[in-house]
Amino acid sequence: MRDVCLIGIGQTPIGEKWDLSLRHLAFSALTAAAADAGIERPDALFVGNMLASRLNDQAQLGALIADFCGWRGIEAVTVEAACASGGAALQAAIRAVASGAADTAAVCGVEKMTDGSKVETAGALATAADAEYEGIHGVTFVALNALLMQRYMHEYHVPHEAFAPFSINAHHNAINNPNAMFQEELTLQTYLKAPVIAPPINLYDSSPICDGAAAVIVASIEVARDLPGTTPVHVLASASATDSLNLDDRHDLLSLNAARLSAQKAYQQAGLVPADMDLFEVHDAFSIMAALSLEAAGFADRGRAAYMAQDGEIGLNGRIPISTMGGLKARGHPVGATGVYEVVDLVTQLRGEAGANQVKGARLGMTQNIGGTGATVITHILGI
Amino acid sequence: MNLSQNWRLAEQRYRLVGEICPHCGVKIYPPRDACPDCSQPAQERFTFSGKGEIYSYTVVLDAPEGYEEQVPYLIALVKLDEGPMLTAQLTDFDREPEIGDRVEMVTRKLRTEGNAGIIVYGYKFRPLLMP
Repeated sequence: MRDVCLIGIGQTPIGEKWDLSLRHLAFSALTAAAADAGIERPDALFVGNMLASRLNDQAQLGALIADFCGWRGIEAVTVEAACASGGAALQAAIRAVASGAADTAAVCGVEKMTDGSKVETAGALATAADAEYEGIHGVTFVALNALLMQRYMHEYHVPHEAFAPFSINAHHNAINNPNAMFQEELTLQTYLKAPVIAPPINLYDSSPICDGAAAVIVASIEVARDLPGTTPVHVLASASATDSLNLDDRHDLLSLNAARLSAQKAYQQAGLVPADMDLFEVHDAFSIMAALSLEAAGFADRGRAAYMAQDGEIGLNGRIPISTMGGLKARGHPVGATGVYEVVDLVTQLRGEAGANQVKGARLGMTQNIGGTGATVITHILGI
Repeated sequence: MNLSQNWRLAEQRYRLVGEICPHCGVKIYPPRDACPDCSQPAQERFTFSGKGEIYSYTVVLDAPEGYEEQVPYLIALVKLDEGPMLTAQLTDFDREPEIGDRVEMVTRKLRTEGNAGIIVYGYKFRPLLMP
């Protein structure tokens, strides 16, 4: 396997984009990434998407998007792993280039969620759970995360307000991200007064339903060397692991085992430890997921992540900055696109292009992309 | 879920039939034919008692398609006395449930699919009547 780097990034603003279709969103992100890399046509395209078959009546996004970008003829497929689809598509692209099967590969995470009604979207998202043993009981994704949070608060004696710093930090960082959905501060008072959507989860514990697309161009080191003006970011690890699809089937409900396994594999591949990371783009679809992911990836002891956030350790100047451009909570969570947005944000930081949100001296960083309630977890470590 | 998909699950929905691993003895629900603990084949049937306790719970306020009429409804992780945990609605609660509450399985209507569609029955859990 040869060394691989990321040479281009692109993204659309996230929000309710009623004037843009799925293919237009993908086109916008991909052409920006290709222009950023200085390439005209990649050898392959990997699309990360979860809901298009259900909410947009559209399958075979690989061919659709390749053609729409003017790349008819290239190899192109969709990769699906619920909310981890974007990370999974990136992993497929990295492996295609590392193996020598392609010299350049484009990755596009894209999701168009707001065309469906709230009820249709809730039903579509619930397909990431076990249809026969969870879905049939009327479970939603908010409810599954609420079951985790309720147990976490019970077992570790953590009050609900202890989770506020995750959302406050994400909103604060989104203010300087023009692509973020919520570019506004969140105060503790607003968090505490927010309507409950599935107890104990309130509106501000939860990421929004939204549209968006993000893209990355993956290339071999040789290709990158021949492209003047690019700043290659090196892929130091790409690791994936699984757990039971059902939340109820976990050996240890609060351990998020796939997150732990994929992080351990990633540290091993890169020859690094958690303390080496300058920032961590965490999968904060819900504040409880941010806490569990920080614990599983080795940044906090069990039951301590919320207190670590309260102590300011997750801020841009903290021990391990997270959600540095707003995270899923405030940048937005177009589900199948999220894993690619996380990587675009990390690349922005490592290139030193994060403006007011720049993590000083950032040279090594990690992303973790979580599918479902932790059934598929994909971890990437990048360095410059 | 379509008619045949529901029909295949009748034993689980109505009687909580799972499996027991003949190699390591662990009881398995939902059934999956390979033991989650030792990875050996496990196809021996085991019927659960239907009694257990609440491990975690929440309330669904924004329901997915087909469940809107039931809002608000309680969802719980129920830890069965024999070991495994399952996901189900709580029913017949006239008070806020608590983690650790003893519950038992009852058969109830899970959902209907419109006036002409099928009615899906299965398990929900209520407070244990005879402790």
